[in-house]
Amino acid sequence: MRLEYFQMVDRIVAIDAERIVVESRVPEASPVFEGHFPGHPIMPGVLLTETMAQSCGWLLLHLEGMRRMPFLSAVREAKFRGFVGPGALLTITATRTHDGSGYAVATARIDAAGKRVADAELTFRIMPFPAEDLRAAMEDTARRIGLPDWGQAAADVPA
Amino acid sequence: MTSPVFDRVADIIAENSEVSRDAITADAHVINDLGIDSLDFLDIVFAIDKAFGIKVPVEAWTQDVNAGKAPAEQYFVMGNLAKRIEELVAAKGG
Repeated sequence: MRLEYFQMVDRIVAIDAERIVVESRVPEASPVFEGHFPGHPIMPGVLLTETMAQSCGWLLLHLEGMRRMPFLSAVREAKFRGFVGPGALLTITATRTHDGSGYAVATARIDAAGKRVADAELTFRIMPFPAEDLRAAMEDTARRIGLPDWGQAAADVPA
Repeated sequence: MTSPVFDRVADIIAENSEVSRDAITADAHVINDLGIDSLDFLDIVFAIDKAFGIKVPVEAWTQDVNAGKAPAEQYFVMGNLAKRIEELVAAKGG
């Protein structure tokens, strides 16, 4: 994880038709922790939400064959059940629960040290990539985090 | 005269937006007359998908309208929207 760059996903552990498992290590040090909070550094809830959103996003990108981009549009029932401190190893599990026309709904949870620390339901609007630079950046990130070759998923998605 | 599908869709719209249930008439355009924004519309479509066990093809409808193949009223005026949903439900059953 590089919190200042919103790089919340380190690597994809598993992915299938409706579910993704991701691992991410919270950095030991970050300017974020200087303010949140002095003497008691913990991951802000908004960044845990972003981590769940990005994990869902990679699942949806995979299912879309990297042809369209999911954008977060709603967060429901977000719960933060425990503190997440520097150095924590997070396992994020996300599942697509509804495949709509131009949108998708997913649930996600974060576990740390065997305990659930956050969960939420997230909705995404799915649109053509609005910029080629964004598409290229997402493809670079896909390689970095180990998204399986998207050629196979693309074969199942109508053009 | 409204149908049970129309009434259910109107209830869903009222529950997922700030539109008064009384304002949702058969000739009301969901965007132009009811003023539903795109995020509320997404919530409404999700609720309709779940309520009727269908996938409202909003993308295909929008493409038809943008390509001039169909008037927006065919899909987005309440009475017609309810008819399209009835057709989708019937197609699913068949």
